[in-house]
Amino acid sequence: MIKLQLPVTEQDIRKLKMGDEVSLTGIMVTGRDAAHAWMIEENPDEIRDLLKGTVIYHCGPVVKKEDDEWIFVAAGPTTSIREEPYQGDVLKTYGLRGVIGKGGMGEKTLAALKDHGAVYLHAVGGAATLLAKSVVKVHDVIKLEEFGVPEAMWVLEVKDFPVVVTMDSHGNSLHTKIKEKSNEMANELMGI
Amino acid sequence: MKFQLNEEKFRDAVVELIRLTSTDLPEDVIEAMRQAQANEEDGSPAQSVLGVMLQNATMAKKDSTPVCQDTGTNIHYVTVPEGISLRKVENTIIEATRIVTQRAILRPNAVDSVSGKNSGDNTGVMSPYIHFEEWDQPAIKIQLALKGGGSENVSAQYKLPDSRLKAGRNLEGVYKCVVDAVNQAQGLGCAPGVIGIGIGGDRAIGMIIAKKQLFRKLMDTNPNPELARMEERLYTDLNKLGIGPMGFGGKTTVLGVKIGSAHRLPASFFVSIAYMCWADRRHTMVFSEKEVIYD
Repeated sequence: MIKLQLPVTEQDIRKLKMGDEVSLTGIMVTGRDAAHAWMIEENPDEIRDLLKGTVIYHCGPVVKKEDDEWIFVAAGPTTSIREEPYQGDVLKTYGLRGVIGKGGMGEKTLAALKDHGAVYLHAVGGAATLLAKSVVKVHDVIKLEEFGVPEAMWVLEVKDFPVVVTMDSHGNSLHTKIKEKSNEMANELMGI
Repeated sequence: MKFQLNEEKFRDAVVELIRLTSTDLPEDVIEAMRQAQANEEDGSPAQSVLGVMLQNATMAKKDSTPVCQDTGTNIHYVTVPEGISLRKVENTIIEATRIVTQRAILRPNAVDSVSGKNSGDNTGVMSPYIHFEEWDQPAIKIQLALKGGGSENVSAQYKLPDSRLKAGRNLEGVYKCVVDAVNQAQGLGCAPGVIGIGIGGDRAIGMIIAKKQLFRKLMDTNPNPELARMEERLYTDLNKLGIGPMGFGGKTTVLGVKIGSAHRLPASFFVSIAYMCWADRRHTMVFSEKEVIYD
């Protein structure tokens, strides 16, 4: 298990390889469909410093408020491929060093990871209670009113957040590898 | 026997049903994942991922927190005795849904498709989804499934014949559709999944039948021997695809395959495939005047 402190440098991110298990500590920000569209279409400045050098987490959490403080109750990853049209540009525009999500992403993002120096980190989908326990503090929330709880951008401090590198910054994707093999087997089973 | 509905007691019972379903995975699903974990290679990512899933399930049950943050479409299959007001049952389920959302057991998950606004309490047009049937028992039965967006997005519907798959209008054609759908899904539906299949019907009925299969226990046997054989065959073959837990590779791609059928038009042959994630949240409640039983 590789321990990584956020924010992180391009040099450290380049060292990660497909299949590495990583544990993250530091500040990260959630963002999904509404946030990605917003970042590209309106190019907001207020989140620039926040995102630089950290990772964006594809997650729409279950939260509760206790004594004026937000608590993460359940917070597993959501399907990443929906952000494929935006992700590469978001990474470059905001200087992000990684994406956390599930299911992997496409060619365009893989190329951006290589070009810009970033990785795709896979969290265990559905492991929402366990992952929420890695969130030690919610620092802020952006666009809560407009986007709603799942779509808002939550600024999180995490400790030992477990992920696997499934797409690295050298053009390797575990998802492509598995898909090639399963395609072959599916064709054999179907006799086509 | 005449059944009198005590609305307050019924509401509390539905609140508990939703809480239970969101936070506590059924025992047969846990058992299937334990077996899968033992079956995967020692030290493989597949085995460690199944370990994380099981640990998460234990924590969620202990803390009464959602197994998965995507608490999904709330699908209620409701069976009522003769003479019960469906409107009252529906209103009670809606009220219970609001209460449970406030308690952070459900995520606010209902978005107005036109305005894009989240209703904030899981209620809205066709939300929660309630499907009614009648029976001759003096009790209300609710089968509830919470089905997340990731798994719903990889669910699929095919129309036979399908020339791409070389699939004809027969059970062999159905087999090919299912292999293709699970292969296309890869890890995106949060594998290992449970596959509900509806053969026939129109497009809507086919999917209702497919989703209904998800309420069957994983170890049950289909009463139709031909479908039972097909379920066995698909279970074995889908696990040869090598997709594995979360699509990281491995021997466990599906936990179960369940098939139902409906009559169809001579001109139509639909195969509807409902993919349910490993966080297979489903429970049943039988509410009678003297007791409430959860399974």
